[in-house]
Amino acid sequence: MEVKIDPAMQGCIRGPRTVDDLTEPMGVRFILTITALVFLALFLVLPLVIVFSEALKNGLVTYFDSMISADALSAIRLTLLTAVISVTVNMVFGVAAAWAITKFRFRGKGVLITFIDLPFAVSPVIAGLIFVLLFGLRGWFGPWLSEHDIKIIFAIPGVILATLFVTLPFIARELIPLMQSQGTDEEEAALTLGASGVQTFFRVTLGNIKWGLLYGVILCNARAMGEFGAVSVVSGHMRGVTNTLPLHVEILYNEYQFSAAFAVASLLSLLALLTITARSILEWRHDLRVNSGKAGGFA
Amino acid sequence: MDISIRNVTKKFGNFKALDGISLEIKDGELFALLGPSGSGKTTLLRIIAGLETPDSGSVLFHGCDATKTSVRERQVGFVFQHFALFRHMNIFENVAFGLRVKPRGHRPPRREIRERVMSLLSLVQLDQFADRYPSQLSGGQRQRVALARALAVEPKVMLLDEPFGSLDAKVRAELRKWLRRLHDELHITSVFVTHDQEEALEVADRVAVTNCGRVEQIGTPVQIYNDPATPFVYEFIGNVNLFRGRVSQGVAFMGDVRLKVPDLADAPDSEATAYVRPHDLQLSREKRGEISLMAKVVAIRDVGPVARIELMYPGNKKTYEAHIPIERLGELNISVGDNVFVSARRVKVFLNDGSRVSTPDLEKSVR
Repeated sequence: MEVKIDPAMQGCIRGPRTVDDLTEPMGVRFILTITALVFLALFLVLPLVIVFSEALKNGLVTYFDSMISADALSAIRLTLLTAVISVTVNMVFGVAAAWAITKFRFRGKGVLITFIDLPFAVSPVIAGLIFVLLFGLRGWFGPWLSEHDIKIIFAIPGVILATLFVTLPFIARELIPLMQSQGTDEEEAALTLGASGVQTFFRVTLGNIKWGLLYGVILCNARAMGEFGAVSVVSGHMRGVTNTLPLHVEILYNEYQFSAAFAVASLLSLLALLTITARSILEWRHDLRVNSGKAGGFA
Repeated sequence: MDISIRNVTKKFGNFKALDGISLEIKDGELFALLGPSGSGKTTLLRIIAGLETPDSGSVLFHGCDATKTSVRERQVGFVFQHFALFRHMNIFENVAFGLRVKPRGHRPPRREIRERVMSLLSLVQLDQFADRYPSQLSGGQRQRVALARALAVEPKVMLLDEPFGSLDAKVRAELRKWLRRLHDELHITSVFVTHDQEEALEVADRVAVTNCGRVEQIGTPVQIYNDPATPFVYEFIGNVNLFRGRVSQGVAFMGDVRLKVPDLADAPDSEATAYVRPHDLQLSREKRGEISLMAKVVAIRDVGPVARIELMYPGNKKTYEAHIPIERLGELNISVGDNVFVSARRVKVFLNDGSRVSTPDLEKSVR
């Protein structure tokens, strides 16, 4: 007697499914991979290649000369100073804000979270303008500041303030979801074991958030070094005084010194590449440490 | 160390988590707080630990008011429901934590810390896992690490929040026995919270059943099981059959059955419910006395040493359950659809407003 097999049933009769059944057909996989690669090449790799090739077009000598010019060195110094201050301040603020938001119940929590996001929503140019309106000659505090001979706008403090404003959300935003998912159990456990608040923070909380914190620091640092809009409004573009690296690149470019512009730009790109590499290495070492614990034990 | 809780209340917004709870926990006792979720038992445990502060009332440790004492100073070991192990520290460091954070003067030297941690780890049978991370352990192992960590600081009281709540059934049963043995060895006053009645009755010396922020009954597992003080405890602990009816002038009318309830003779006529445990129902082929009722067998589940028989009374849609030894089922030789006579060994009648209770004497309750 012949048994007819319902085509819908054939999957069951054919025997155990193989991995191929569960993944997309070759063609789809191929197209997806190629799309991703082409996109990456066009929008990430190509610009990087262009930056470096343009920078080195006129030879290594021009390349290094444009970097050790007095203006460039001053721009590098200011950029590093800005980055260090922004990262430090935002680290303290970010951890404090994330701690407050995730570990306590209080009124106005929602408002605080929204305010932290504000710099993301506001255009950097407006961010710069806010400081001009506050501290500029005709701004709210302008007369008082000029009376006391304090310069903020068109001076280094303005550059730092604008950068601080723009980079404010990076670390807090990184930590809030992380700390929310971790809850307060471990802190409570530490307290019941007799740890003080400070001990709990440094031994338990900080240990749990260090990777998120590091990632936030790297993002914050990258943005602090690369910020253009807000800084451009408040800096006044004084060469050798209030120019950061991005502003210096713009000036060089506008003066048709393309090689020099790209040379300085390549320096910025290098800094970015370095931060990403540093993070990868740290993460890799962390994984290695945890996994080596897994291998041992059963002796 | 003995703990007394006096008239503790705690509100979260409009929700009354604890509504005037008083309890005495004796020195060296293993005490269970048993109740459904939302009954306030975890809040009470956290108040004992000092992780929450009560709105009013006080917590006394060995007669001294500890309500204002901080968590750090209470010297309690707390085991969290999800263990709360420090995820970035290995097992050794987790257990050593409490010793390492001691103030300089009280901190034991390195070698002593090492010895103490290793001996605790061998107590919980995890000494070969010292250099692993919590994420590499199973649930039961993590639970034991949490216990060892809490024990490291030599607490005067151990508090355990749903200690087996997130483990699978088999590990639960094993750890339960293990916890009991551990307690018998160490004799630390311990309080644990659970919603699992079997767990509470099997492990604890005494149990407090909580409901809606109040204590329904405190007693030994045997007292709680055999002599529930309130309808809630009856329904929460074990299975129970409910027979709804009325009480009037010292007689309870439950369907066709009349029970003499002399304790309720002076009670006004009111709705009442009789509670009978499934194992207190007896089945027979013939009518035995006046208070046996005829019922129809609608289902028999005969796996294991106890047969569970579902019964239905004529004119009643609800089913009742009787538990009889499997041998008795063989003697009776009943099958689904048969009629049997049901009588009760022990009944408790509660007025529906919960104000009064009576245990009718079944021998004399003939109409």
